[in-house]
Parts: sequence; structure tokens; C-alpha cells
Amino acid sequence: MTAVASKCRVCRQPAIIDLPRHNANFCGEHLLQLCRRQVEKAIADHDMLSPDDRVLVAVSGGKDSLAVWDILIDLGYRADGLYLGLGIGDYSDESAGYARRFADERGLILRMLDLRDEHGYDVPTAAQVTHRVPCSACGLSKRHLFDQAAREGGYDVVVTGHNLDDEAAVLFGNTLRWDVQYLARQLPVLPAGDGFPKKVKPLVRLTEREMAAWCIVRGIDYQVEECPMAAGNKHLAYKAALNAIERDSPGSKAAFYLNFVERMAPLLSGAEHSGADGLRPCSVCGSPTTGEICAFCRLKERVAGQPRVPVEVLLSKKRRTATAGGV
Amino acid sequence: MIVRLRQPKREIEVAGDRTVNQLLDSLGMNRESFLVIRNGTLAPGDARLTDSDVIEVRPVISGG
Repeated sequence: MTAVASKCRVCRQPAIIDLPRHNANFCGEHLLQLCRRQVEKAIADHDMLSPDDRVLVAVSGGKDSLAVWDILIDLGYRADGLYLGLGIGDYSDESAGYARRFADERGLILRMLDLRDEHGYDVPTAAQVTHRVPCSACGLSKRHLFDQAAREGGYDVVVTGHNLDDEAAVLFGNTLRWDVQYLARQLPVLPAGDGFPKKVKPLVRLTEREMAAWCIVRGIDYQVEECPMAAGNKHLAYKAALNAIERDSPGSKAAFYLNFVERMAPLLSGAEHSGADGLRPCSVCGSPTTGEICAFCRLKERVAGQPRVPVEVLLSKKRRTATAGGV
Repeated sequence: MIVRLRQPKREIEVAGDRTVNQLLDSLGMNRESFLVIRNGTLAPGDARLTDSDVIEVRPVISGG
């Protein structure tokens, strides 16, 4: 027989999850209520969205992007999705399937782009040719193409699934380096301007664990497996360090990031270098840039048409480097 | 009990009743970084798991 232990703080029914940072347990229904309220508070506190906004959600097929899309639809927003195929082998094929099924089952609009089909390269090939980490080409491509899709599609705002753990980890890294310009820009909202769309992060008050629980309770099938390119990156190391602190001192991550936004970020206002000075249209694609050709078009010019580098080649190289380094 | 793990996918057998948090501790896993699913339903940290349960330990941390 399975013993039922803790009870929901709200209704006293059997709990399904413990949330030490709230010093409470919750049943499925009241976990969902908590998540909805945290998203509503983030949206209201930071003026993220208006009821009439046309919203474009950056969808990866993982828990956070599907959860934020689900929550926004649940709250009544008009939100379409955009998925970008990155060419990371089976991982990308599977993630596309999760995104497609989520949208189809709910009758939502999901636009699908593919880096190789439409721009002639993929993330592993770009990483190999540029000799940079794959996350660099991935991030650059996503930012550029989501911005472009929002401009061309007439969307008011781009939503991403960055959660409290993501933001706390980035803040941790920026703080370790005292990177003041990045710290000053690390806010839940990037306003529209200079040809860039407004970008918002409605999940900044919710942890990864809470988002995974949202998906499980809501029956959302998402890609659990991690991107093979991300293994061993600094972002994961920062998250592990913060979770070690969180385990002994629940609420530390939320205090670290949310108090930064409330108390520290205003003191840094003006220290950010927006890069907006001297912006002009890219001579190739028309996107705003400080140079003649934007970073995305420079990357594309360098790597498009190069022989495809399978993801396995990069992973094998990564393993060899780790072995040589004694890791 | 059968315990299904991810990244990479594998199964292990764990003998003896224990709570969710005790299971995670015995596997060296931080409870902030995982959810435990018992017979298809989420289970809180103090839920007692028995030998007949099928358990999934699901990582929740992503590196993107």
C-alpha cells in the first residue's frame, strides 16, 4: 500500500509536489493556480503584455516554451508559436515533433523554420566552421530569426520561456565577472525600439522544477532529453551551484534574481550599452545593425554552403577534448 | 522498485521502501533538480515509495 504523506496547503487534499521555497506542498490544481498567478504577477509588474497584443512565442519543444505558451493561451492571450529547426541531429527532429503535436492538439498556429532549408547551414556546421561553441551560433540565429519573424508577421511582442533558474544562472555568471553592461540589461522585459521587437520573459518568477511539474500535470508531452551540444556548458554549472545553495537555503534563487531586478537594476540604469547609437539597416537583410552587415548575415555568408558537419563529429571532438583534459 | 533514469535513459532496481527525498539522496541527486513520478503521478518529497512502484526520476534542468 502506498502511504499518502503531505497535504496541499490550500485544500488539504493529497499533495503531488513539495515546494520548499514556499514552505508548502500543493495538489495538482493548486500548483497550476500558483503558476498562473506568478505569471500574471510578472506580466503586471513589468508591463509585459496587453490583452490586445499579438504575441509570438519562441517554441523549442522543451518544457519551458510549451508551458509558457500553454499558460498564455490559458490566460486568454492571442499567441502563435515559432519553431526553429537547428539541425542538431535526432535531437532537433524530436523537438520539432513535440512542438508540432502540442500545437496541433490545441489548434494553435505554429510556424516552422529550418536553418538549413532556408539559410543553408545548421548549428553543428556553424560551430565547426567558426571554431566557436555551438551555443554561440544557436543563440545568434534564434535572436535574429525570431526578431525578423516578429517584424514581418506584425507581432507586438516576442515571448521566451526563460525561467527563474535561467535568469538566476545568467545573473550569477554576469556577477562573477562584474559585467556591468550585461547586468544593467538583464531585465524581464526588453522594450521595442530601433527596429527590434519587444521581448518578454513571463516565467521569471517560476523555477524549472515548477515548469516541468506544470507540463506533467497538464499532460504536456515535451522533450525531456537535453540538447547534446549543451552538456558541460557554464550555464549548467551555474545552475548546479545555485541549486546546491537552494537546497540548503530555500528561496535563495528567487531572492537573488527578483531582488536584483527590484533593488539593484534601477541603480545600474544608464550603465547599459544598448548599441543603439549608429544603428542602420543591414545591407543584406535590412535588420538593424551597427556595421554594414549584421552578425547573422556575416555568419551565414561564412558557413552557408559548407559541407554539412554531423552533430556526432562535434560530440566526438568534445569527448576527446574532455578526455585530454582529464575530465 | 524499478527506477527509470534519464540522460541517458536507463533502468535500475532499488530495494527497500523509502521516501522520495531518501531515494534522491541515495542516488546523489539534488531534489531541486529532479521530479519523481510514481506510477505515472508526481510524488512529493515525503511520499513513501514501495518495492512494487515504478518510478521515473526526471531531470528538470536544461542548458539552453
